[in-house]
Amino acid sequence: MSSQVAIAEIHPENYRFLQEHIYSHAGIVLEEDKQYLFESRLAPIVRQLGLESINDLCALIQSSRLPEVGHQVVEAMTTNETYFFRDPSHYDAIRTVLLPRLMEERRDTKRLRFWSAASSTGQEAYSLAMLLIEAGLSDWNIQILGTDFSSQVVERARSGKYQQIEVNRGLPATLLIKHFRRSGADWHLCDPVRRMVSFETIDLRKSMRALGPFDLVFCRNVMIYFDAKTKMNILKELHGTMYRGGWLLLGGAETAGGVEGCFERQTVGNAAVYVAR
Amino acid sequence: MLLAKTLKELGYEVREAANGREALEVIEAEKSTLTLVLADWNMPEIDGLDMLKRLRRNPALSSLKVVMVTTETEIDRIAEALEAGANEYVMKPFTPDILVEKLQIAGIHP
Repeated sequence: MSSQVAIAEIHPENYRFLQEHIYSHAGIVLEEDKQYLFESRLAPIVRQLGLESINDLCALIQSSRLPEVGHQVVEAMTTNETYFFRDPSHYDAIRTVLLPRLMEERRDTKRLRFWSAASSTGQEAYSLAMLLIEAGLSDWNIQILGTDFSSQVVERARSGKYQQIEVNRGLPATLLIKHFRRSGADWHLCDPVRRMVSFETIDLRKSMRALGPFDLVFCRNVMIYFDAKTKMNILKELHGTMYRGGWLLLGGAETAGGVEGCFERQTVGNAAVYVAR
Repeated sequence: MLLAKTLKELGYEVREAANGREALEVIEAEKSTLTLVLADWNMPEIDGLDMLKRLRRNPALSSLKVVMVTTETEIDRIAEALEAGANEYVMKPFTPDILVEKLQIAGIHP
């Protein structure tokens, strides 16, 4: 226990250094009350490197002896929790209203493009793929792009492999037995789902227009970490990747405030959705 | 224990049974007020799957939701329980969050 306390203790000057390091590399604002987050995310790196404390980790980054460690710290601090069918109201809205409209609009080309803009370990993108298969779109040309800042989580997402605790969360058992196969302790997504989805590493602060155009974009639970100016720029960039009339889905605590000219807020069932103007 | 504690914290009244036979007796006696049955696969006397099948043969219990909560994690087992009429399936170990999400999938909204 005492070693954990020693690892976690962060001197004020190092706390400021970590805040600036994360902001300059990922644009993410971590306030003064995020001590616990630094502790829980960085202690494993400290142990892995055989260091004594997070203060030692800061010294190592500042020495520039191992530049990859600075990147590893940014990745650890920017990885978000996710699970299958997180916020079911969004998936209900897609199933009942958004998808039927999109299918009508694209009935000639039978082509739809989706983007999970902060895909983390891939559950959001794969949930959408399963929903589309269940909705009978297996013979459509479907492309789902998942992107994340962290190359580590993108690699995990690409593998399509999940642990039992991950497939236990939010995933209906009927979809588990239909779309996964078990291999030892891991659950592997089947090919029809994986074929619909691809993953890339991107930084949402850079221009994203070349990725589009998309019919529907998920960008959930990531905007809350950015300052107002960065958030507004990202929303404008997202708008630039979308078809007019396309749908943007944000996290429960997020809004498209500040760019009202780009998006119109609508309510579908229990979900707030934003339509690209 | 975790199940009962979590459900009580969500505001449910909980009845507990030590084995499958006792569970069927409790269900029969309280069927007018019961919303949900959480059943382990491995229970003494009558196992969870057998209990589920008996419940599904009783038309008076057709609206009763049944969720399996078990260490049985083979796909064939999960498929067998769903085929027999389970509304959802929770693999052990689980967390209270997982349980709440699974109940929502089964149409139970605390």
